[in-house]
Amino acid sequence: MAKIKFKLNDKFVELDTDPNRRLLDVLRDDFNLTGPKEGCGEGECGACAVLMDQKIINSCCTPLANVIDKEIITIEGFSKTKKFEVIKDAYAKTGGVQCGFCTPGMIIATESLLNKNPHPTDFEIKIGLSGNLCRCTGYNLIIEAVKEAAKAGDGLW
Amino acid sequence: MVEAYLPKDLDECLKILNEKKVKIIAGGTDMLIQNRSHTGMSIGYRNDVLYINNLNELKNIYEDDAFVYIGAALSLEKIMESDIAPKLLKETILEMASPAIRHTATLAGNIGNASPAGDSLVSLYLMDAELEIRSINNTRRVFLKDFIKGVRKITLESDELITKVIIPKLMFEKAYFKKVGPRLSDAISKLSFAGAYQIYNNKITDIRIAFGAVNVTVVRDRLLEKKMIGKTIEELKGMIDLLTSWYDPLIVPIDDQRSNKVYRKEVAINLLREFIENLI
Repeated sequence: MAKIKFKLNDKFVELDTDPNRRLLDVLRDDFNLTGPKEGCGEGECGACAVLMDQKIINSCCTPLANVIDKEIITIEGFSKTKKFEVIKDAYAKTGGVQCGFCTPGMIIATESLLNKNPHPTDFEIKIGLSGNLCRCTGYNLIIEAVKEAAKAGDGLW
Repeated sequence: MVEAYLPKDLDECLKILNEKKVKIIAGGTDMLIQNRSHTGMSIGYRNDVLYINNLNELKNIYEDDAFVYIGAALSLEKIMESDIAPKLLKETILEMASPAIRHTATLAGNIGNASPAGDSLVSLYLMDAELEIRSINNTRRVFLKDFIKGVRKITLESDELITKVIIPKLMFEKAYFKKVGPRLSDAISKLSFAGAYQIYNNKITDIRIAFGAVNVTVVRDRLLEKKMIGKTIEELKGMIDLLTSWYDPLIVPIDDQRSNKVYRKEVAINLLREFIENLI
């Protein structure tokens, strides 16, 4: 057991818990943040994606120990931002959401990509989303959504 | 429940290594998966665990005249973004995993994991990479090829830590890494290949060939490479069947869930052929 402090969705949090736990379990069980989901549990699907210091990570293969003093933003926290509104509208407009299970991870991946590269090419979008699987296989529409978000949100990132 | 050690700096980390028997975790992207149990249950580590990812001393990258030095806890993404990391390494990293994994995974972790399919290893063997290894009383430097002894077998003492990956600065006419996998990202290689060469006055002055996932660790044969030095490109292209016959006995892949030995062998030889045929 250890005292673990980090910033979660704009609030400083402190836990007395086992640092070996997966960030995913802590988010879902201790904070009731169920946006990040366990898909594959081995870093292949991106359903558990969250932002750590503004960059996408898989919370299923991140030990809590590696989160100390970092800033974590889940889809719940991100959904309160203007950037989220732009990305959400872009996904809605292009039809980039089907069953929705992959969507929180896709949106986190979109934000992480646009943060680093506000005007990505098609290839860069594919690389940016490459760790996220959509079992409905609506990839083309998701890629369109990212392009639409980059256009509509020009200047935001 | 196993103990988790969270050292504040490298000195404390080396002290813990000296006193305790621990498993070292950097990014955790291999360790958490290899030891995972059911959802919500604690990870099934058999040993106490030492976390090194918060150690700033291990997060730098710098160079001198001859080498680039990469800290053991620097993420793959940071290496890719660096101006001084070797181009071949950056191109290799782009084929490893996904952005999410690359933001936390490390080069030293890929080395410590010592999987026959470790992608960075192929390019690192090709470039004669070395490691700096530290314990509380000692710092040593070892070639990567001498550090990895087999499938997940490394020569790291229980009190030691990989602190740096050291890569010579090299000039190649052309160098590339090629990965064969089922998916562009997040795929563990069926096999992989790296080739590089340098040429002067139409004669080969340096040529390097490495294969991944076709033997217990990376295959690279310096004696065979030496036999190619001094030849012209035309001469090498003319002896392509001989060259593949040299490498044939070294390529001894296995059947597993990702591929089979027949496919792996044939594709490995084809990648060698392609490399030689495209020398210019």
